[in-house]
Amino acid sequence: MAITDLANPSRFLAFANRIIPWLGALTVVVFAFAISRAMNAPDDYQQGATVKIMYLHVPGAWLGMLGWGLMTVAALGTLVWRHPLADVAAKAAAPIGAAFTFMCLVTGSLWGRPMWGTYWVWDARLTSVLVLFLLYLGVIALWRTVEDPSRAARAAAILTLVGALDLPIIKFSVDWWNTLHQPASVLRLGAPTIDPSILIPLFISALAFTLLFAVLLLAAMRNEILRRRVRTLRLLQASTAS
Amino acid sequence: MSALAAMLTRDLRVAVRVGGGALIGVLFFLVVVTLTPLALGPDLALLQRIGPAILWLAALLANLLALDRLFAADHEDGSLDLIMTGRAPLELVVAVKGLAQWLTTGLPLVIATPPIGLFLNLDAKAEGTLVLTLLVGTPGLTFIGLIGAALAVTLRRGGLLLAVLVLPLTVPVLIFGVAAANAAVMGPVPFGTPFTILCAFTLASIVVGPFAAAAALRQEME
Amino acid sequence: MRLCASDLGCRRGGRTVFEGLSFAVEAGEALAIRGRNGAGKSSLLRLIVGLVRLGGGRLDLEGGDPELSLSEQAHYLGHQDALKPSLSVGENLRFWSEFLGGLSSDVGEALAAVGLAALADLPAAYLSAGQRRRLSIARLLAVKRPIWLLDEPTSTLDTTAQEQLVGLMRAHLAGGGLILAATHSALGIDDVKELRLGAPQ
Repeated sequence: MAITDLANPSRFLAFANRIIPWLGALTVVVFAFAISRAMNAPDDYQQGATVKIMYLHVPGAWLGMLGWGLMTVAALGTLVWRHPLADVAAKAAAPIGAAFTFMCLVTGSLWGRPMWGTYWVWDARLTSVLVLFLLYLGVIALWRTVEDPSRAARAAAILTLVGALDLPIIKFSVDWWNTLHQPASVLRLGAPTIDPSILIPLFISALAFTLLFAVLLLAAMRNEILRRRVRTLRLLQASTAS
Repeated sequence: MSALAAMLTRDLRVAVRVGGGALIGVLFFLVVVTLTPLALGPDLALLQRIGPAILWLAALLANLLALDRLFAADHEDGSLDLIMTGRAPLELVVAVKGLAQWLTTGLPLVIATPPIGLFLNLDAKAEGTLVLTLLVGTPGLTFIGLIGAALAVTLRRGGLLLAVLVLPLTVPVLIFGVAAANAAVMGPVPFGTPFTILCAFTLASIVVGPFAAAAALRQEME
Repeated sequence: MRLCASDLGCRRGGRTVFEGLSFAVEAGEALAIRGRNGAGKSSLLRLIVGLVRLGGGRLDLEGGDPELSLSEQAHYLGHQDALKPSLSVGENLRFWSEFLGGLSSDVGEALAAVGLAALADLPAAYLSAGQRRRLSIARLLAVKRPIWLLDEPTSTLDTTAQEQLVGLMRAHLAGGGLILAATHSALGIDDVKELRLGAPQ
């Protein structure tokens, strides 16, 4: 079975049903591993143990942005290539990406409070992540408001492509503006500036959350396909009734 | 089930099932609060001082947006004709619709205020009093808004006219709401004075709003 | 029961739609209101049900319930269907039944009488125009009121549904009800009185 065969919703459902339990089990295992490594990682000399919020905050940020990136690719799939499952993926990814962005905002806020003395500042990076969160909520509202799935898909795709402009702003905001937030320390030109004893647990944590994203995405896509089947059945019921 | 209870249930069901449900108003609220520091600058001390006012304005605008569909939807599908020839008095039906509107628009705003207040650097005491003033003031905003919604019901692009009609009427609620929210945090006026006046305005609007709106509906439907 | 109109007048938007109109409808009788478009057929129905103010003359209901106004004893079936698409077929009908003072036991029978019982849980958004019309007609059966004011009742209905409606109208008249219908086509009932609008009185 080629990967393109998954474009067929029924084949996808069969594939999802088979793979979700295994992927879920793998996610649990990696999470257990990540938690143990995070617990054993060294404390920061300044912040103490609160630095470990980083293991939630940074993956939350990465996956919030990854979610929108995925939606952007799906949007191109809907508008340009007319792929049948592209809009299903986009609709399913939105709430998950929003949840990760929310986790990023909340953990960042709790982490910043002891350090900066406030729960929130309006600096460039925090504001652009908040804007990303608002964009997520907006696209979710758009999906829910337009009744016809294919029209909703096209509208959401356009909004997604425009909103993708926020992603580079988030990434480079700490470089372009003078911000309170820490500058880039992992994904940058040159080597990461974080010590491996903290970096490795961070990557494992990121891996665990990425697997979680994948499991949730597959499950949500499965639900969406089933939801559309119910809708089609209802339309059929109404039109064939006397 | 009585006629009014049936009306309340129907309006609540429709509000929850359509579009984003009750949360679209909260999203708008959040967007307005986000835009304000982008316009004013990130000075946290300034934001803390004017925070209650910003949140009150945002709540007012979010309320206004929701009012547009209150009677217009029923007018467009012919429900309003049948409602006006029903057995329940139109004033009570309008009041019940106002209650449903507040439960699905105003109340979620009040509940969303504490986390959103954090964005404006409000402390616990300021947030507490703000929530209390919004809890008492948002019903006033909704019921005054009924009047504008009724006057604009037959107009296709009634949204802006509705805003122009309603906003001046909401000025007393806004003034005393913000005054009460600020009074608890800064002196010298004690909290009770503007707060009781706010309560009075809300109670008055709960009575006047439905009567005026019903009269306007009868007039518009001729 | 008898509905009497003498010298009825109606003004809308500054122009006189009709004036000096007189007619009477007895229990068990149907009145077909005819006339070209704009002659005031819809306005007359809306005037009787109380949505438009009387521009002159009198409207009396003899033998009705003295506690209730005329509009509370009449059903108005206009051009629109008064349905919320996000509610199910059953929820829509149950709402109008409760709001207009009907019995909850009648709702199921009403749906069955118009052939929509199988779709009771379907959201109303999925219905075709003819099915929505039939759901509005079910409202007339779910709440018992003596006077039926019908504005183009057979529009959007196919032949089967039209025959169904004729049967329902006959049953209503046999039970002592009155029907006033604005229509371009024949009602399909025997012994229909006619009122022609726009013709010289």
